[in-house]
Amino acid sequence: MSNEAILQTEIGVNVPVEVHHDSHTEHHHHHERFITKYVFSQDHKMIAKQFLITGMIWAVAGGFMSVLFRLQLGYPDSTFPWLEDLIGKWGKGGHITPEAYYALVTTHGTVLVFFVLTAGLSGTFANLLIPLQVGARDMASPFMNMLSYWFFFLASVIMMSSIFVETGPFSGGWTAYPPLSALGDASPGSKTGMDLWIISMAVFVISSLLGGLNYIATILNMRTKGMSMTRLPLTIWALFFTAVLGVLSFPVLLSGFILLIFDRNFGTSFYLSDIFLASTNTALPNEGGSAILFQHLFWFLGHPEVYIILLPAMGMVSEILSTNARKPIFGYMAMIASLFAIAILAFLVWAHHMFVTGLNPFLGSIFVLLTLLIAVPSAIKVFNWLTTLWRGNIRFTPAMLFAIGFVSLFISGGLTGIWLGNSALDIHLHDTYFVIAHFHIVMGVASMFGMFAGIYHWYPKMYGKYLNNTLGYIHFWITMIGAYLIFWPMHYQGLAGMPRRYYDFSVWESFKQFGDLNRFISTVAMIVFAAQFLFLFNFFYSIFKGRKLKVRNPWSSNTLEWTTPIEPMHGNWPGEIPEVYRWAYDYGKDGKDFIPQTTPIGQDESENH
Amino acid sequence: MTTSMILVVAVFILVFVVIFQIAKASEYVQVIKGEEKARKEQNKVNGFFMIGFLIAGLIGVYYCNELYFGKTLLAFPAASDHGEKVDSMLWITIAVTGSVFIATQILLFWFAYKYQESDKRKVYYFPHSNKLELIWTVVPAIVLTVLVVIGLRNWLTFTSEAPKEAMQVEVIGKQFNWIFRYPGKDKIFGKKYYKNIDDENSNSLGQLWDDSKNYDDVVATQTMYAVKDKPIQLIISARDVIHDVGLSHFRLKMDAVPGTPTTMWFTPKYTTKEMKEITGNPNFEYEISCDQMCGNGHYSMKGVIQVVTQPEFDLWIAQQKPNYYVAFPDKDPSNNAVVNTVDSSATTKKNMVATKTTKL
Ligand code: HEM
Ligand SMILES: [Cu+2]
Ligand SMILES: [Cu+2]
Repeated sequence: MSNEAILQTEIGVNVPVEVHHDSHTEHHHHHERFITKYVFSQDHKMIAKQFLITGMIWAVAGGFMSVLFRLQLGYPDSTFPWLEDLIGKWGKGGHITPEAYYALVTTHGTVLVFFVLTAGLSGTFANLLIPLQVGARDMASPFMNMLSYWFFFLASVIMMSSIFVETGPFSGGWTAYPPLSALGDASPGSKTGMDLWIISMAVFVISSLLGGLNYIATILNMRTKGMSMTRLPLTIWALFFTAVLGVLSFPVLLSGFILLIFDRNFGTSFYLSDIFLASTNTALPNEGGSAILFQHLFWFLGHPEVYIILLPAMGMVSEILSTNARKPIFGYMAMIASLFAIAILAFLVWAHHMFVTGLNPFLGSIFVLLTLLIAVPSAIKVFNWLTTLWRGNIRFTPAMLFAIGFVSLFISGGLTGIWLGNSALDIHLHDTYFVIAHFHIVMGVASMFGMFAGIYHWYPKMYGKYLNNTLGYIHFWITMIGAYLIFWPMHYQGLAGMPRRYYDFSVWESFKQFGDLNRFISTVAMIVFAAQFLFLFNFFYSIFKGRKLKVRNPWSSNTLEWTTPIEPMHGNWPGEIPEVYRWAYDYGKDGKDFIPQTTPIGQDESENH
Repeated sequence: MTTSMILVVAVFILVFVVIFQIAKASEYVQVIKGEEKARKEQNKVNGFFMIGFLIAGLIGVYYCNELYFGKTLLAFPAASDHGEKVDSMLWITIAVTGSVFIATQILLFWFAYKYQESDKRKVYYFPHSNKLELIWTVVPAIVLTVLVVIGLRNWLTFTSEAPKEAMQVEVIGKQFNWIFRYPGKDKIFGKKYYKNIDDENSNSLGQLWDDSKNYDDVVATQTMYAVKDKPIQLIISARDVIHDVGLSHFRLKMDAVPGTPTTMWFTPKYTTKEMKEITGNPNFEYEISCDQMCGNGHYSMKGVIQVVTQPEFDLWIAQQKPNYYVAFPDKDPSNNAVVNTVDSSATTKKNMVATKTTKL
């Protein structure tokens, strides 16, 4: 059954679609039921909202976890009796226990990397924007798309349930290195908690594969007439490379997990060798395995994963910067080429996370070279964004503010990558707070900013309402200032050698000098977390009570999504899908503020791109 | 719930409501004033904040450095020869990335401020320029090449073979402390096998007692001794899960992996005593931090390296009892010469002599 035919079934008679009824569409429902509209929806726009709201719930949960463990780091000597009410034995005597601390850190990392910034970000915007911006009625397979969400939901439920098991959730770090993650006797979190963690992650991989294949198929096959690849908005290019990265690397992670499951449950020795456990006073029979093998498999996904998180944000930021600077994105082809270069290189640098594992030094050198090579396309992107702003006419919508914030953060965090990618420096800085500062700024906060930019920009398309601007501005400035206050000083802690994943520094002569700073960071973190409720409230309040959209194209944008009705139905365009005549970035051309992609090339128009 | 907690929540909600009311009101004002006019006013405010953020941010960067630079390792000399190279490389990298940071952030926020919306400005349609794009491909590539060359030269030095004269120490991580082994007089480590590990009978490494090379190996925990100006090679492994020997003062670290030994070498430049003076901290220690997540006690997995002079080291090692004698006190000649009968082989006798002579 073709895509159009499926839609035909669901839209019923409301919308004229130029496809004949074939035999499949004979018995169709004429109205959408609650369950098919809001729950098992196959409409990409509804699925996008499902991903977004699930992602937001996880973001709040993951953020709250960081508040809890920052409480321990910032105020190690204070007691918080309410903690015991809240988390029971994990907060015994008003203190977070080490078990709880490590469980919180691990879950925080896993959830934010995978559930929020992968599913929440790609899931939302790939679903929302791909059909709307390429000019398609829906995804190539709306059914697979629906499954993708529900596998994600299942993964969420399993991960959530791991929090409630007796021995606690997995607590060995989001990277889950064996043998720690393989041996229940090495850590209580590696018992049932790890089983659930690994099942949840496996289900998550299925979800992202279903999603990714769909995104690729849609972009390649379902573009509207005139929408050549080189006329695609950069959001779509970015989402395309993201999906390719995911499809090629997630299976490798899954294979790593499967071997881990075997080692955990079936007595194999892929990762285990020469292990004596003091807790049970036994030597394990396993010999000949390599613990480092897992790290290769993990980081073969792990590094592309950071770009899976980052590229969609880059794409949206390019789009938003250009729209609100009222000026074409500078170097469109260079932007695509740099995305492409990043996507290729992303597969060739994984071992830069493993410089201190005893890696062959020659191999290490190759990875240094390839890693620092990534800085070149990254630099191109930054300079192109800067040039896009130059001599523009900038409108500071909340989305634009977050996009500018993204560029600032990407610069700050990207530059420290140059330190870490140089193995001779990484031997010093690896696994210190310097790394925490680096990847939170460049990946965590920057992509979060990309996501916020996307939400503020496309909210009117999603709900037909505006968000409250003033709340948006307050949200931005608190978050922007707070992000730097939290993560900038961490570079100094890293340069003092302060290791990450430490529950307490008080016994360390070398690291205990940062008590005040830790308190400061924790306090700011709480304020920034609280400020996110302004956004959440704005989001949900505006769905119902927001100012209604009166025009189709509130940002005077060129792309196709703004040619649909204010609240598009399933199928997106009543009547025919519009045809495209130009690229998406004709802003300020020939004195015209903007020229939508659907406007044919005029006769006296200057050279086009 | 304590009262203070309730208070915090109440204040939080109050602030929230106030902000929300303001935001709502400004939306109404916007409608009354005319959306276009209100939008332009907001634009000016945000443009002003942009330049304000830039200036405050740069001042903040400076202030942060004033506050915390002294607390980093860069405030004092590195304690190893490799560490000095790391530090000089750090300074080069800071100079390069620091200037790019300042330049690009200034451009970003200054452009945002300068090119904020104005009715007077006509946008410059500037979709691309091969020349510019070429410049910012080639220049970063050249700069990075320089950094890579410096980096790889150091990397290859750090990972090169340890010098012949280097002393060797085995470092073994376990949940949650460190075990050290010195090869003794013969400079050779005896064989070990993990299935022979027996903590109760003083065999924490699984030394094979039928290998005579083991008879003079000294095993210690907590504190490791190294000699100033003498290269030292660490042979690193783990008993249970992955750990990491983190030596921040020497600017080095290396994973300790069960089943796959790794090595690392360096030359300490200052004794612990000298370093106490250099840092002005009487409690200074060369701490070994475990830098790889290894379980719930990870944060407490601390070791110490005492860097001493050669004579001090000789004195110390002479006082150490080989682990063989700890495991078999009856074999220890210094305990009781009479017990030392049945299978006291030639090697044991030789050991006895050796111990006696080194003990001055
Ligand atoms: C200029 C480009 C970049 C370079 C050269 C670079 C280099 C590195 C290196 C070498 C590490 C390992 C450090 C260590 O563990 O000691 C690292 C860590 C990390 N980087 Fe980057 N990076 C760059 C950009 C990015 C980007 C764009 C992202 C994300 C979108 C990212 C996310 C991460 C994450 C998540 C980690 C932490 C991994 C862990 O240890 O748990 N990096 N980076
Ligand atoms: Cu990486
Ligand atoms: Cu550890």
